[in-house]
Amino acid sequence: MTNEAESQKLFDSDDEIAWCPGCGNFAILTAIKTALLELNKRPEEILMVSGIGQAAKLPHYIRTNVFNGLHGRALPPAVAAKIVNPGLTVIVHSGDGDTYGEGGNHFIHNIRRNVDIAHFVHDNQIYALTKGQASPTTALGQVTGIQTQGNIDQPLNPLLLALAAGASFVARGFTGHLEHLISLMKEAINHPGYALIDILQPCVSFNKVNTHRWYADRVYELPKDYDTGNLNHALEQAMEWGEKIPIGIFYRVEKPTFADRLVWLADRPSLIDRVWEPRDAEKFMKELE
Amino acid sequence: MDFNILVGGAAGQGVDTVAKVLELILKKQGVEVFSHKDYMSRVRGGHNFHQIRFANRPIYSHRETLDVLLALDSTTVEVHASRLSAQSVLIGDKSYRTEIGEGKALWLPLKEKAIEAGTKLTEGTVAAGAVLRLFDFDFEKVWPVLHSLFKAEIFEVNRRALEIGYTLVEPQFKLDFPEIQPRIMVTGNQAIGLGALAAGVSFYSGYPMTPSTGIMSYLADKMEEAGIVVEQAEDEIAAINMAIGASYAGARAMTATSGGGFCLMVEGLGLAAMTETPLVIAEIQRPGPVTGFPTRTEQGDLSFVLTASQGEFPRMVIALRDPEDAFYQTVRAFNLADKYQIPVILLGDQYLGDYYQTIPPFDFSSLTIERALAGEEVWKKQEHYQRYKLTEDGISPRLVPGRCGTQVVLADSDEHTEDGHITEAANVRVAMTKKRLQRLAYLKKETQEPWVFGQTDPEILLLAWGSSAGPVREAIELLEEDYSIGALIFGDIYPLPTKLLTDMKANVTMLINVEQNATGQLAALIRQETLIDCTHSILRYDGRPMSGQYISDRVKEVIASDK
Repeated sequence: MTNEAESQKLFDSDDEIAWCPGCGNFAILTAIKTALLELNKRPEEILMVSGIGQAAKLPHYIRTNVFNGLHGRALPPAVAAKIVNPGLTVIVHSGDGDTYGEGGNHFIHNIRRNVDIAHFVHDNQIYALTKGQASPTTALGQVTGIQTQGNIDQPLNPLLLALAAGASFVARGFTGHLEHLISLMKEAINHPGYALIDILQPCVSFNKVNTHRWYADRVYELPKDYDTGNLNHALEQAMEWGEKIPIGIFYRVEKPTFADRLVWLADRPSLIDRVWEPRDAEKFMKELE
Repeated sequence: MDFNILVGGAAGQGVDTVAKVLELILKKQGVEVFSHKDYMSRVRGGHNFHQIRFANRPIYSHRETLDVLLALDSTTVEVHASRLSAQSVLIGDKSYRTEIGEGKALWLPLKEKAIEAGTKLTEGTVAAGAVLRLFDFDFEKVWPVLHSLFKAEIFEVNRRALEIGYTLVEPQFKLDFPEIQPRIMVTGNQAIGLGALAAGVSFYSGYPMTPSTGIMSYLADKMEEAGIVVEQAEDEIAAINMAIGASYAGARAMTATSGGGFCLMVEGLGLAAMTETPLVIAEIQRPGPVTGFPTRTEQGDLSFVLTASQGEFPRMVIALRDPEDAFYQTVRAFNLADKYQIPVILLGDQYLGDYYQTIPPFDFSSLTIERALAGEEVWKKQEHYQRYKLTEDGISPRLVPGRCGTQVVLADSDEHTEDGHITEAANVRVAMTKKRLQRLAYLKKETQEPWVFGQTDPEILLLAWGSSAGPVREAIELLEEDYSIGALIFGDIYPLPTKLLTDMKANVTMLINVEQNATGQLAALIRQETLIDCTHSILRYDGRPMSGQYISDRVKEVIASDK
């Protein structure tokens, strides 16, 4: 085997893939593997964190460190792992239900923390693992097995929410634009701070409205001269949804990360390499005397 | 010598400051202090009080009768005057004068004198000066303490207030100081925090909830000097999941909360168990359900923490008995969590969390940090590291991601293979369940038998747990002259150590569980684990802690009713 062929297999997992044939997740898996290879990353320096859902299975299908936790709760362990070991490249894969529904509170507050992680939301606008119920991004009026009279809850706009919460990197990708998605992922991984990519993907089994064709007909890439540093433009652009759906980096600024704000740890080793003996705490007894 | 001073007033009146001044001055004189705080869930107004008990021998609980009642409002007089004896003294501003307490009361011009000292805010300090005079304290020893508590300008005004107060009364009590021994004065929550620091905690995530917040604020105060991260999470769910993530990644991690917050953490508890991630959780109980009594005490969550989260998995539950115990058990909890890759729950309560007690300094030289992480021998030898490898002893070598060469570490909340991948295989499920539960047998071997107070072969045996240790100990001291009585105080509570109980039960005619709850949760656990039934119960669930005298009185009632 050539070195190149070997390196292509670097991130291959031996786990059997449990997604439906034609699932948009396959494209996302290809994209992340390619992005990591192109960034010259090694499996052992990557930590993939997920919750529960079809998206959350992705970390099993790529050879890296994995923490597959609770539904809606991918972000808290992910940011904590990054805080204690900044040497890890931490990437969260979660679905629209996992992230914006069950995990909505963590989504908002981890934007505020701005820990240096990349968050890839597989947004198929439906709950798929539980076989087709409305998610927070399902269109108004869409009929499902639970929303039998059509979804009566207004969908939320994740990009607008992220921008309003102060996110420093907000992007949207589409599984049908693979090269574009790979480049977004590389930018997100390299971004210092919390980076969100909402990835539009079809669910071939449970969302008969937002199909690959539906997205492909609407999606367009933001022009090269789009100014990613303008929050007002970004907010305006994020509100475009319907006949035309923009993809690309909506907003990107550098802000102090969580680690930057831990000034008292600036010159110290990472917390997992902290050298400490019980006697080192004895000095704290002084004030109790 | 055994005195009891109550300082009471409304929130915002400086009750805490007056209590702190008195506590520290007493402690510096070498007397043993036990100071208990009773407060309401409000920032201004209401009725708050501290009971500062001090003696020239070790004391283990608050007590009901008062020697000095220092009232900063008329409510304090109304609520507590009935606890004064003929020898007691009540000190209050003359504007609080009522018929209650007449004969014992010194109605002083505290408010006037406070203004004379510089500000009406020093009413409490003037009163504290009077109290110090009642006990004929050497004033020279007071200034260093005052200096340590107040900044320059505030020191001056308080010094004046204290001196003025000193002139208002004549000595009434005689102090008999012991030889000064090295002592620290510490709350249960501080002891847990310091224990965690000693154990090498480097990541703490929590959400503020009374009465557990003291642990978090203690650690946050040391964050910079200790070089750790203390992060306030958006909710308790995030708090426990963050702590688990930090622990998975290799840090010693901890969270703490009270019962209501623990309700939110329950799924996370299962996650720690399923992913075999070490975790220490302190649950500082208050009366529930739900909001209950936010600032009061109860032992109502034992049954809950024993079974919290769905499914079956090993956990260790340690009830903390006093601040000294809280310190050492916290260190032990971290080591046990790492050794067996399990969640360990430290069970405290508001009483233990908030009271101050003088105790001997902690012995740091006796402590060790045992991480039980696997090393190179594992990741260099195995071609393919398996996080959940089935081993003979049921404990898989644990590696930390990014610190094991080119190996990767997989953790999964689904039932998983040895690799850490999702599985639905029946045989793997059985093997993994057995592997996890196998640890219960090891934990049983690790458990420490309960503390014994009083007689070791008694007719009357009291069974208690956690923070009831001190009050029960004092109750035994009050009762043991007249009765054949002893007590077992459980610290390790799950798995339940049963040897001493089984041994001591031989000649017991009355087996009485003494608990701060309504249903007798320790008795239920003992029944479940040993088929031993308690014959009587002493249960208090009004949110107020039992004192030694309270328990002693109830035991006598139980004995009388049994005849």
